[in-house]
Amino acid sequence: MNRLEVHLKALKKQGVKGVIPYITAGDPCLDTTMKLLNIFKECGVPAVELGVPFSDPLADGVVNQRAAERALKSGTTLRGILERLENDKPEVPVILFTYYNPVFKIGLDQFAVIAKKAGISGILTLDLPVEEADEYVRIMKKNMIDVIFLIAPTSTQERIKRIVGLGSGFVYCVSRTGVTGVRSDVPGTVVPMVEKIRVETDMPIAVGFGISGPQQAKKVAQSADFVVVGSAIVRLIEQGGSSLDICQRVEDFTKELVRAVK
Amino acid sequence: MSDNKHKQKKIRWKSLPDKRGYYGRFGGLYAPETLVPALNELEEEYRKAKKDPEFKRQFQETLSKYVGRPTPLYRAERLEKYLGGGRKIYFKREDLCHTGAHKINNCIGQILLAVRMGKKRIIAETGAGQHGVATATAAARYGLQCDIYMGKEDMKRQELNVFRMELLGARVITVDAGSRTLKDAINEAARDWVTNVENTHYVLGTVTGFHPFPMIVQDFQSVIGKEAKKQIVSAERRLPDLLVACVGGGSNSIGLFHAFLEDSSVSMVGVEAGGKGIQTGLHAARFAEGSPGVFQGTLSYVLQDKEGQIKTTHSVSAGLDYSGVGPEHSFLFETGRVKYDSVCDDEALQAFRILSETEGIIPALESSHAAAYIIRCYKNLPEGTLCILNLSGRGDKDVRAVKDIIKSEES
Repeated sequence: MNRLEVHLKALKKQGVKGVIPYITAGDPCLDTTMKLLNIFKECGVPAVELGVPFSDPLADGVVNQRAAERALKSGTTLRGILERLENDKPEVPVILFTYYNPVFKIGLDQFAVIAKKAGISGILTLDLPVEEADEYVRIMKKNMIDVIFLIAPTSTQERIKRIVGLGSGFVYCVSRTGVTGVRSDVPGTVVPMVEKIRVETDMPIAVGFGISGPQQAKKVAQSADFVVVGSAIVRLIEQGGSSLDICQRVEDFTKELVRAVK
Repeated sequence: MSDNKHKQKKIRWKSLPDKRGYYGRFGGLYAPETLVPALNELEEEYRKAKKDPEFKRQFQETLSKYVGRPTPLYRAERLEKYLGGGRKIYFKREDLCHTGAHKINNCIGQILLAVRMGKKRIIAETGAGQHGVATATAAARYGLQCDIYMGKEDMKRQELNVFRMELLGARVITVDAGSRTLKDAINEAARDWVTNVENTHYVLGTVTGFHPFPMIVQDFQSVIGKEAKKQIVSAERRLPDLLVACVGGGSNSIGLFHAFLEDSSVSMVGVEAGGKGIQTGLHAARFAEGSPGVFQGTLSYVLQDKEGQIKTTHSVSAGLDYSGVGPEHSFLFETGRVKYDSVCDDEALQAFRILSETEGIIPALESSHAAAYIIRCYKNLPEGTLCILNLSGRGDKDVRAVKDIIKSEES
């Protein structure tokens, strides 16, 4: 068990619910990203999901697509993100949220070594299902990086069993079929899904995709241990202005979210 | 070289892909979790259908009575003469399929599968518009709702096909992201599928994407090569020496090549889009400047930068204007079983005119790339060489774009 899993499991045991914010690294620039990581730390979140921008994000909605475009435009690369993390050593646990190709291009072995040096706690690769993940899991675990997998509403009980067997850190439960993005409601299927997963594992469960604000976060936190909020925060970054303005907006919103799930 | 030959002998091409969808080290299933159960279901249903004589009968009957198969194998004697003679060129006339290209073979097969699975809605991506038209056609034929994703840039280039799809009752959805071409249309179709997977089947149009798509499309398109083999043996009493086909995603070429892969005397060339020339960087020649990567569901050659970001491509032909390529092609490339070469926009346009004038056949700009390759190397082929060119589609859809190009060159 790695640091992240120990940390999250302890929170789960105490019944402390938490918000896991998502932002795209380098949107609009890495300096702002690093400031945001500190703000998240101050808001008391248990971990942050940091998106690696990719040219063809086929599981993302328009908000995150545009964020990736901005990040790529500002010259963000996976190596650059890791170097910066190694340098700045943010105190909040960071989970990389990525498509597989940027990792594949560096090579699994080399990636794991530099990711470990950068202090990465966990990794979630959107387009790498358990079918393709044996080697990846082995190498990440060897380097003390937790491997987080998605569970979707379409996942069968048999798949859930296989996924929780291979993953570590926590389980990321996708609230609905579809891409990332802000929605106005939380589907009623979330509660039974979380129950289906609980039967198979004592790992903490985070629920994400489409959670837009404090009210929804509160609702989801009734069954989930952690709530992932992504596009709603990315939209605040998209509104632009100075780095200070962006940080202020994100801080206010994150505090609201954290209060709501307590 | 001898090493390659040795390797080739050991590969049982007909047994590929393996159970996990791999051709050697290429292929696989790199999909978001939400889609994996649907892909597993599709594979299972396909394996059942393949063994079901009723499905086979339905597929074959539809190909013969609706699509117009078998398509002729036609000897292009005036083209041979124009090029100096001494080598035989046959055209596999996929341009004579209903809707004007080979794409319909796969669409009929996949729509029959969708009906078996009880899916009421069909989606597809399209580049040149041929796959969109073929999907809209098959959906109309079986009474299914149909939405087609198409890049904004391609909609401009292929205006006529947009209208054809609409006539066939499909909705054409503009994709205004990225390079606004085929790869962006695939991203958007995949996003739709992730959202509506429970009632929707995604008819992927080429031999790429998540397993089992490369395998299914390869099987449905392999009818091209099976027919061509019978036809050439009956016309010439021997196997051909050379097969030539263009390679975008790679479905028409796999369709022709597959039946001949284990015949070691048959050489094969896949022709990629050289765009404005490899040295300009404006092209879609994956085997000239690409490298292995994971893109849109599969591990295969792809045009990418050193950070693993996918590059945009350029070709006069919308159907070849794609950054990735089917995984089986990557394996055929690395084993040396198929050679890959590229043809520039200008050469393809010239071939477009030569075929129109010598044979009275206006080829699709995609197929014009394959024709341009034969035109370029005709004189260097040994006397008596017997070639088959896959004339994968007709050029009606391209007439307007070509007219615009010629006009702008004259002014």
